[in-house]
Amino acid sequence: MIGVALKGLLARKVRALLTAFAIVIGVSMVSGTFVLTDTMQKAFDGIFTASYDETDAVIAGKQIVKGSSSAGAPVPESLLTRVKALPEVAAAGGTMAIDESNKAEIVGRNGKPAGSGNAPRLALGNDTSQPQFSPLKLSAGEWGQGPKQVVIDAATAEKERYAVGDSIVVSTLGDKHRYELTGIATFGDVDSLGGATLAVFDIDTAQTLLHKEGEFDGISIAAKDGTSSAALMQAVQPLVPASLELKDAKAQAEADSAEINEALGFIRYFLLGFGGIALFVGAFVIFNTLSITVAQRTREFATLRTLGGSRKQVMRSVIIEGFVIGLLASIVGLFAGVGIAKGLNALIGADIPEAGTVLGVRTVVVSLVLGVTITLVASIMPARRATRVPPIAAVREGSTLPPSRFAAHSLKAAIAVIAASVVAICAGVFASGLSVIGVAVLLGGGIIALFLGVALAAPHLVKPLTRVVGWPASRAGVAGELAGANSTRNPGRTASTAAALMIGLTLVTVVAVLGAGLRTTVESAVTDQVSAAFIIDGKDGAPFEAAEGNTLARTPGVTTASHVRTDVALVGGEERDVTGVDPATIAQFYTFAWTKGSDDTVAQLGQDGALVTKTYADDKNVAVGKRLSIKTASGDKRTVVVAGIYDPPDIEQMLGDVTISQAAFDASFPQPKNLFTFIDAPPEASADLAAVAGGFSDATFHTGQAFAKDYTEGFASFLKMLYVLLAFSVVVSLFGMVNTLVLSVFERTRELGMLRTIGMTRRQARRMIRHESVITALIGAALGLPLGIFLAALVTQALSQYDVGLSIPASELALFTVVAILAGIAAAVVPARRAARLNVLDALHYE
Amino acid sequence: MDVQQLPDAAPEVETNGGPRPVVKGSDVVRRYGEGDTAVDALRGVSVDIAEGRLTAVMGPSGSGKSTLMHILAGLDKPTSGEVTVAGVEVTDLDDTELTVLRRDHIGFIFQFFNLLPMLTAAENIALPLRLAGETPDKAWLAELIEKVGLGDRLTHRPAELSGGQQQRVAVARALVSRPTVMFADEPTGNLDSTTGGEILALLRDSVDTLGQTTVMVTHDAHAAAIADRVLFLADGHIVKDIGRCSAHTILEALEEVTAR
Repeated sequence: MIGVALKGLLARKVRALLTAFAIVIGVSMVSGTFVLTDTMQKAFDGIFTASYDETDAVIAGKQIVKGSSSAGAPVPESLLTRVKALPEVAAAGGTMAIDESNKAEIVGRNGKPAGSGNAPRLALGNDTSQPQFSPLKLSAGEWGQGPKQVVIDAATAEKERYAVGDSIVVSTLGDKHRYELTGIATFGDVDSLGGATLAVFDIDTAQTLLHKEGEFDGISIAAKDGTSSAALMQAVQPLVPASLELKDAKAQAEADSAEINEALGFIRYFLLGFGGIALFVGAFVIFNTLSITVAQRTREFATLRTLGGSRKQVMRSVIIEGFVIGLLASIVGLFAGVGIAKGLNALIGADIPEAGTVLGVRTVVVSLVLGVTITLVASIMPARRATRVPPIAAVREGSTLPPSRFAAHSLKAAIAVIAASVVAICAGVFASGLSVIGVAVLLGGGIIALFLGVALAAPHLVKPLTRVVGWPASRAGVAGELAGANSTRNPGRTASTAAALMIGLTLVTVVAVLGAGLRTTVESAVTDQVSAAFIIDGKDGAPFEAAEGNTLARTPGVTTASHVRTDVALVGGEERDVTGVDPATIAQFYTFAWTKGSDDTVAQLGQDGALVTKTYADDKNVAVGKRLSIKTASGDKRTVVVAGIYDPPDIEQMLGDVTISQAAFDASFPQPKNLFTFIDAPPEASADLAAVAGGFSDATFHTGQAFAKDYTEGFASFLKMLYVLLAFSVVVSLFGMVNTLVLSVFERTRELGMLRTIGMTRRQARRMIRHESVITALIGAALGLPLGIFLAALVTQALSQYDVGLSIPASELALFTVVAILAGIAAAVVPARRAARLNVLDALHYE
Repeated sequence: MDVQQLPDAAPEVETNGGPRPVVKGSDVVRRYGEGDTAVDALRGVSVDIAEGRLTAVMGPSGSGKSTLMHILAGLDKPTSGEVTVAGVEVTDLDDTELTVLRRDHIGFIFQFFNLLPMLTAAENIALPLRLAGETPDKAWLAELIEKVGLGDRLTHRPAELSGGQQQRVAVARALVSRPTVMFADEPTGNLDSTTGGEILALLRDSVDTLGQTTVMVTHDAHAAAIADRVLFLADGHIVKDIGRCSAHTILEALEEVTAR
């Protein structure tokens, strides 16, 4: 049986290949995701091991607040001397760590800061006489000594074509100086850390440049040979003051690694989700293609049965075909995934550290198992139908597959499945108190069931839908009319092919509709809160240097400027966003929706007044007059009294949970950063302001009218990324359409021969096939778009507490329909050519 | 060659007083393959198909009768020789021109009815005209349908028709564009003798009442008996050419031809 099945496959290589492609794409996405995340993990692990290679323990400031952009408590130089004196210590050195507060820009050849977009630009410092404590390793040249020398990371050096001996400019905390480039360094084996640019100075120079004279960010300690790290820790601990902490270097490396792995885990599951969608569509395509080929091979199966083959053997032969296709496709997909990994990397904007690509065992196993299983599952039903071919069909002319027992009940079953799936989805969307896993299962399972249910019901919808979407074709001449008639000939097949496209289109519609709704809601939330002539904010909503805000405020033409400071701090023991506003000017730009208090309350904030959002107040049971304790990242404590409560839009509150006066903020938070600077100036000042803001490295300039749209720009980019990921599924369904058309042209060989004989030109034949393809695609769109709108409406309803409205983006939906039409035309190219090129004579006598 | 200018019927040669030939083959050779393995299906056949007559082409298998029909109908190109249909030299036409020629001047009846399964009988009949972008003349359609006796089956699909009824639809379809010549390839091959007889009567009737020039390839002596002229092929040559005769005579002639 295996031999028969394999010979059968070989005879129809092209058909098998086309079918296999449906699975290759999905498997390559899965494989690519694993390759990407595994490679990144290995690179990071390599970095952490290299960083802490020769270090046994580290002293650094206690991390009081997670997520703060301020540095922790500094480590005094005097501590280093005392540590060095310990007998257990072989070596110790001060370091300026990789920290957001250590900003440095390497000026590139074009005069602009080197490095891409949002990558951090940082300075490092270490005792260059003890290079083992630097996380970097020299790949060329020497470590810098003294205030005029610097070492940079290898990736930047390559991009800017800087070589050892060049003279380059580095700007630290706003001050520009020229240095001699004495060396180039790498992070372990990796040229750069996530695209970050690094400028490394010797420790004294770094201290001066970063305004941290007499202090370090940390002290790295190496134990004497024979001393365990435990013994070292015991010896050093008494010297460490309460504001600092002593950590085992290995433990630190493991902690860092775990954090990265958690983040990678999220990325992995996110991307795997899209791979899963592509595989699901692939299953549809396999099911459809195998169903068609089984129907076409009725006589073949009948002959097998006549010769004595059992039903089991017939079933086995189809299943084996499925297995072989699945296996081949999975192997190809596995290796294609390596290429996909590079593409995914570019798409999500991460920068894979340049390290060896990891093709792990797990990747191989998961890819093969998934690919083969999906193909097998999709093959089961066609295989069972093949067993129902009676031996007598071998001798009868024009025999067809007996209708499946299921067919009669399919509509009832479809309605039941659709109803059940809608219930599951509603439960997942609306029910409260469910765990994340519970929601995921209900939503995911519900949506899969919904697709299957609609696919089951679709054959009954083909006739009416074809009348509608085939109307333009039927007006276009006899080719179009015949196309419409051909589409309704085998409604099950047309429906199944269209359903594959439907899945992709439904999902992009959900993204588009939800995206439009969310975007509109956020935009109105922004315009409800903020109104200013000009605004600057940080890239991607991150804070920017307060100095830049001040510079902009000093531009001639500016009448009023209001800065909003921001940072994360512990409020009542919890990490919360705290903002600092200028009581005199903020009300001019920000509209407070007061619950308790008025604009006067803001003006009278003083040193210890605070405003809180209504959500925070309700959450923490806070009323006006309540005292709140704030602890900053540097350890500074402050008590504030709640003076007013306001209620910003839930979907996007632009100020922090707790807002205090700028003066109070600056006193407690050591390195103030801004969230916004609002500017009032006449329109003529726009050009000047834009010019000044152009020189800022981490702030963007907006006009008041454009601000709301710009604010949601990042979200729009995220949506585009989702579209690209979903496009893979659409491509898979395209293969399904090509498959179906090729097989159906093949099946109609004699009929096409007859049509050509009685006068159908090649052009008419091509057009007929093309119309058939477009009709199928439009049926997919007619099913997918409404389904997508329905699902998006459900989710919108669930988000109604955030005032999210249903916004149907007509232009996007029209675009999707056009894409469907184009997909139909593209899928028809090869089949139409085959139909046109048929040798009429051969076709007429085709058996 | 501008396709639109194909004439409806061309007056051509032969002024010996008999009916004009509408299809003419001169020294037609059809060779398959090359060198040692070459097969000659036709080895120089010259034939004139007379207008308004039913010509039958008979012969044992391998005689080249189907090949001859394919070449005369413009479905196949001869290795050498000329073919003229309705005054047009078909051996030089390209695919589109040939297709238009078939559409406007040639009707076909196949052995296996070859109707489109998803169209009704009426739609199948009108198909050649629809492909030409024309609307069928209602009166002509009605006359045709009456002639083939399908009045009550017009809205039925092929699956709902018997073999005989399907072939009748095919005959009507072949006649609908009033072609210069109608080719029938074993029209009764798939029918029982009674139904087959009905179809043959139909074909004879269309020659007699409509003046439809018809060429029929057949191995059935009873079918050939309705013809005005019977050509016998053997080994790629025309070996016998007789006028109207009985099935008995035809069988004898066939035996004689096969024995050679």
